[in-house]
Amino acid sequence: MQTSFRRPSILPGFWPAFTYTVIYLSLIVLIPLSAIFFKTATSSWDHIWTVVMSPQVVASYRLSFGASIAAGLISVAVGFLVAWVLVRYEFPGKALVDALVDLPFALPTAVAGIALTSLYAENGWIGQYLAPLGIKVAFTPLGVIVALTFIGLPFVIRSVQPVLADADQELEEAASSLGATRWQVFTRVIFPLIRPALLTGFALAFARALGEYGSVIFIAGNLPMKTEITPLLIVTKLEQYDYAGATAIAAVLLITSFILLLGINVLQRRTRKFMEAA
Amino acid sequence: MKHTLRIVWALTAAAVMFAANPSSIKLLNVSYDPTRELYQDINAAFAKQWKAKTGADVTISQSHGGSGKQARAVIDGLQADIVTLALSYDIDSIAERSRALPANWQSRLPNNSTPYTSTIVFLVRKGNPKHIKDWEDLVKPGISVITPNPKSSGGARWAYLAAWGYALKKNNNDEAKAQDFVTRLYKNVPVLDSGARGSTTTFAQRGIGDVLLSWENEAYLALNELGKDKVEVVVPTISILAEPPVAVVDKYANKHGNGEVAKAYLEFLYTEEGQEIGAKNYYRPRLEKVAAKYADRFPKLQLFTIDELFGGWQKAQKKHFDDGGVFDKIYTPGK
Repeated sequence: MQTSFRRPSILPGFWPAFTYTVIYLSLIVLIPLSAIFFKTATSSWDHIWTVVMSPQVVASYRLSFGASIAAGLISVAVGFLVAWVLVRYEFPGKALVDALVDLPFALPTAVAGIALTSLYAENGWIGQYLAPLGIKVAFTPLGVIVALTFIGLPFVIRSVQPVLADADQELEEAASSLGATRWQVFTRVIFPLIRPALLTGFALAFARALGEYGSVIFIAGNLPMKTEITPLLIVTKLEQYDYAGATAIAAVLLITSFILLLGINVLQRRTRKFMEAA
Repeated sequence: MKHTLRIVWALTAAAVMFAANPSSIKLLNVSYDPTRELYQDINAAFAKQWKAKTGADVTISQSHGGSGKQARAVIDGLQADIVTLALSYDIDSIAERSRALPANWQSRLPNNSTPYTSTIVFLVRKGNPKHIKDWEDLVKPGISVITPNPKSSGGARWAYLAAWGYALKKNNNDEAKAQDFVTRLYKNVPVLDSGARGSTTTFAQRGIGDVLLSWENEAYLALNELGKDKVEVVVPTISILAEPPVAVVDKYANKHGNGEVAKAYLEFLYTEEGQEIGAKNYYRPRLEKVAAKYADRFPKLQLFTIDELFGGWQKAQKKHFDDGGVFDKIYTPGK
């Protein structure tokens, strides 16, 4: 086994490429993020602890993580279906639908938030039909999930689509001819193939949702303890000149999402390795 | 390559020459949410007057947002020549944290550096279907009240204090009863926007809520824009005298060489012309003569000041709006 830092490779230029990666990541990611921790460190532990553990802030973690995970899961389910339709079927206007998928990327999220709020408010186009059923969307946690699903959807579709397109349909045909039912073909052949892509899509959608601010503040209602998302509390703290408090909450958000994303990455690697071994 | 370089040089030279041109002055006025229209008018009038007086062109850029956010932008280095914010606490914060202007800034201009005043009134749907007449009606069950978050909005802080002051006066200065009143009021608030303009949009464009607690000028602006067939203004019996202050940010104004023109700009607000523009935009003028002329625009109501009832902004801020203060308690169960 190789013990040195650099494994031999037939590709030249490891050091320039590696140096570039480290410098780039430092400038764009590490330095700004470490500033958060330095700023947090300007405050006493007592202050930090009371801020990040105050009931209002804890309630916001619950909403932010809960809604982001929910939105990620919805995106996975619905996104997979959309990707499936886009890859496996031919229909008129397919290119148009395909282009529509990316729209949530391009739209300023505030615009999305305002549009969704207008639609889902009790007197909105959709909200007026939901209200008699007792379903309130705008200004409830449900509204937060709707907004986060909107912005998260393209991540799953775009992660799954290429994998699905590459998947060899002969595998499915072989499975069928060997007597597998349609359900078995899906669970045993298709799903294992796209699982890593689904995980990537989920991770991206989840991470995006967690940091999302623009669209959510319009639809959330922003009531303390009920519908305040964590990024909003960070902004509110900043507006009260509590920089240390704001960065402390940001640090909690960062560390937690880093652990979650790391977990998803590890899971992904495992499935990939498992696939390669099989 | 050489060609590109030459263009870059030419542009740089042009920029330097443009910046050095003494007859072109650029001012940045960092203001709060509802003053967009007011300062557009003021800027045009002032530029004209300054041109006539000195022959120099002055262009004034405006920046608007929640008062606290704007103050933070200046603290973080936004090079405002002038700040015109919703409450003195925010300018105090700039003075304290960035030292860009002296701590005694408020004594440099007349009337505590507030050239115009305003108050908090109600905006309701046409015909006032929920019969909202005074503060008492806002705490009734089933009434939906729209107001921004006092933590981030200056106007919302004035509204909160107006409600508190009303309850104090009704209950012989009983603090516990005032707190109960304000708690019940905020129980009726379904959405907290971060700034005054956001709340107006929620109420007016999205049709949410029965009543909007609004700056007086913002209420009339909404009335004019939406039409009298959509909304109407209700003036309560008592409200707060809101005093939005103005100040030159010495550090940046002097750095830009704008000290004199910035001062003249603020003094212009106190002149008859400036006061008239204020009154036309529904800000209550300080100048008696102008106030008398536009008296029919401003309904008479009992107004109390923040100094009278709350002992000034620093005290009010600490007690009500700081973390763990009374406003937070409204939303924390079991406390």
